[in-house]
Amino acid sequence: MTHVPPPPQGGCRSAPVLKERGQREVFCGLTGIIWLHRKMQDAFFLVVGSRTCAHLLQSAAGVMIFAEPRFGTAILEETDLAGMADAHAELDREVARLLSRRPDIRQLFLVGSCPSEVIKLDLAKAAERLTQEHAPHVRVLNYSGSGIETTFTEGEDACLAAMVPVLPRTEARELLVAGALPDVVEDQMMGLLADLGIGPVRLLPARRVDEETAIGPNTVFALAQPFLGETHAALTRAGARHIPAPFPFGEEGTTAWLSAIAAEFGVSKDRFEEVTAAPRVRARKAVAAAAETLSGKSAFFFPDSQMEISLARFLTRECGMNATEVAQPYIRDALHGPELDLLPAGPRIAEGQDVDRQLDRALADRPDLTICGLGLANPLEAEGLTTKWAIELVFTPVHFYEQAGDLAALFARPLRRKERLRLEAAE
Amino acid sequence: MKLSVWTYEGPPHVGAMRVATAMKGLHYVLHAPQGDTYADLLFTMIERRNHRPPVTYTTFQARDLGADTAGLFKSACQEAVDRFAPEAIIVGASCTAELIQDDPGGLAETMGLSIPVIPLELPSYQRKECFGADETFYQLVKALARPQERTARPTVNILGPTALGFRHRDDVEEITGLLADMGIEVNVCAPLNARPADLARLPAAHANVLLYPETGESAARWLEKEHGQPYTKTVPIGVGATRDFIAEVQSLTGVTTQPDASRLRLPWWSASVDSTYLTGKRVFLFGDATHVMAMARVARDEMGFEVAGMGCYNREFARPLRKMAKDYGVEALITEDYLDVEAEIERLAPEMILGTQMERHIGKRLGIPCAVISSPVHVQDFPARYSPVMGFEGANVLFDTLVHPLVMGLEEHLLHMFREDFEFHDDAGPSHHGAKATPRVEQADTPEAPAGVTVTWLPAAEKELKKIPFFVRGKARRNTELFAAERGTSEISVDTLYEAKAHYAR
Ligand code: SF4
Ligand code: SF4
Repeated sequence: MTHVPPPPQGGCRSAPVLKERGQREVFCGLTGIIWLHRKMQDAFFLVVGSRTCAHLLQSAAGVMIFAEPRFGTAILEETDLAGMADAHAELDREVARLLSRRPDIRQLFLVGSCPSEVIKLDLAKAAERLTQEHAPHVRVLNYSGSGIETTFTEGEDACLAAMVPVLPRTEARELLVAGALPDVVEDQMMGLLADLGIGPVRLLPARRVDEETAIGPNTVFALAQPFLGETHAALTRAGARHIPAPFPFGEEGTTAWLSAIAAEFGVSKDRFEEVTAAPRVRARKAVAAAAETLSGKSAFFFPDSQMEISLARFLTRECGMNATEVAQPYIRDALHGPELDLLPAGPRIAEGQDVDRQLDRALADRPDLTICGLGLANPLEAEGLTTKWAIELVFTPVHFYEQAGDLAALFARPLRRKERLRLEAAE
Repeated sequence: MKLSVWTYEGPPHVGAMRVATAMKGLHYVLHAPQGDTYADLLFTMIERRNHRPPVTYTTFQARDLGADTAGLFKSACQEAVDRFAPEAIIVGASCTAELIQDDPGGLAETMGLSIPVIPLELPSYQRKECFGADETFYQLVKALARPQERTARPTVNILGPTALGFRHRDDVEEITGLLADMGIEVNVCAPLNARPADLARLPAAHANVLLYPETGESAARWLEKEHGQPYTKTVPIGVGATRDFIAEVQSLTGVTTQPDASRLRLPWWSASVDSTYLTGKRVFLFGDATHVMAMARVARDEMGFEVAGMGCYNREFARPLRKMAKDYGVEALITEDYLDVEAEIERLAPEMILGTQMERHIGKRLGIPCAVISSPVHVQDFPARYSPVMGFEGANVLFDTLVHPLVMGLEEHLLHMFREDFEFHDDAGPSHHGAKATPRVEQADTPEAPAGVTVTWLPAAEKELKKIPFFVRGKARRNTELFAAERGTSEISVDTLYEAKAHYAR
């Protein structure tokens, strides 16, 4: 199978990790609802939380993109906090009202928040009760997107993990791919896997509740996103086996990911070459255009989406950048080990955050490009740094061959813009 | 428990952030989980601030809950004081921390800090953003203002402007200039750009100019009671209100100088003949009560519009708004639910909405133009150019703001004349909005009967209806159907149409 070589001077898997525990400047898991509700077209996400949670969703979504979106917040009020029995009855009432207004909803997620968790509102129990009440038309599940339990993309992880136990069982040998991808990317992926002769391929999450995703002892699974640690554990518990691989970002990442799956399914080297040769050339060409801008430049990653290590691997190996710091909210060897093997030694690897200290390091490093959250971008620009906001990476199609060039361009654009602007006197 | 999709106001601690971020030399230590840091982006992205808000979040996690969240708060507080060296700090809890009852105020007090520590009690499950800002500013003023002599020359304070406020930056500049014109100096403007030390000097002014009651009224009341400073009750939005405001400031300060009004253009722009076409345009207003009430006056008295309805999302100010609505002969809509607002707009079918970003989206959906006049705001409500809505220049800005969304003047007239023209037809939209004119698709215009109405349009009447200019066609259709329904007529003929027209003519 096509081999992606480790860097000559060694990777980062055994590098010391700077563990930080201080103020974290990152979204909570509720944010995932913004893209998950677009992916699951018959699902509604009901956050049980506070006005803060509602405000977060609205701020992250940009005000009101959708008239009546398939998400909302059941805002806890003083009266709900007083007595527990009350809160469950209120929840039942709100859910009944919602479902009668939206007959298109087939799955309902009760999403826990910090307040619902602190008051120990048992949403698992509520989900069970509501499933019975609204079966068979609506399936009700629950997961936590709270900021005390989940960081940004971990909300998707918790959501997918919650779906695993209710998947139908199968004895068939199937490939399951976990991770919400934009439809266009998903279609490309399905095309590549089909051309390799791999199938049947099942998706988690499926676009609709009645699609045929099932699981069993003969299921093997691949992760399309680097933040699916709980999903990985849930799938493993359900008897499926993980195919470890780097993630499909960039030409190399995509090739490594596909080749790990191809090896599992015994695809011949020739077939693999035949299917991937052309898109690989296209991807390399597209990346090369952006790499002109990126090559030789330094990058600094604030912890945000859990995609940092994978992106650093892509930017350093395929775009010629060097990383000074690569920080991720969490690092899990089972998921990120293969990526760290490929990431050339050199950068500080950090886990967790103490934002003020990290800002000090960024300002000391003065990287050419800083990848960070929206709260930090303009303040860092005002310090003369150039930034790329991380949230765009989870909203934009960036996976697989045909998006490799777009992914590189996302990082090149702020640098190009800097070069282009002439805001001083001409002298 | 209440299901909410979009909210007009954030939680109260975001109000406190608006005060802290507006000020200098103040730091906010907020006991909150990591996700609450999203609020930073409101300031750095929407308002394009080039600094992080001066807020330290403790970002406690689930594993801390059983352990020592109080200790975490104290160390975050100490680190913030050491790192940022503020002149004073405010401390408080977000919704989650309120539940774990660590008492940030009490904890901070035990730390023996050498700077003033102002504890905030902001009940997250009862109150909202405006309250949070108002209460925070009030607590700061109460803690920091010092009794002192009045200044020798006439001075006032400007109270209420915050970060993330609708046009606060430019309103402050405009009103400061207007006061300077009158020979009145601004002693302190707060919270915007004030330091804690400036708040100590507040009582030196002769009076307070309260520009934003939503965020400054409690402080103004307290200063009146405690330091004998009267405050202005008129918000200077529009020509009439600005003139009333000037008179009020004169009576509070004894100054008699009139400010220079030579830049004021709204009255002539509104009187000139092109504006005839604005007459009686039906507008619906929604936003914070202060802006809505001020803009209703502008809309009716200075633009010649007809106010079809008005409402606000902040219940704290429901009473004066209800009273005004009554005077204007319309129902007041007091709600935080944007679905209610949308339903009301659909019912009233106004020709224009004066609202917030929410109503802008509602308008987009319903095909009704909207001008934004109030928070909540989005990035385009922070223009690069100078654009106050207060004072004389503010009035000029308002004239432009209110006519921009409309097909107006000569153009409206031409549209009417060339209604049947291939390119210059009803759906082309205002020519100054850039969107490409869509060639008209000839089709049978099958009307959608509004739910519950069982009247049918006879073909001749339908054809006649199409001759009515599109911007009043919706109203004509609705009125005629209502007229027919009220009379138990099930078929609308050309006669019914014109009878209805005569009936509703005023
Ligand atoms: S961090 Fe907690 S309280 Fe804050 S928005 Fe997220 S879930 Fe809600
Ligand atoms: S484009 Fe139309 S509305 Fe604008 S100035 Fe010209 S005629 Fe008037």
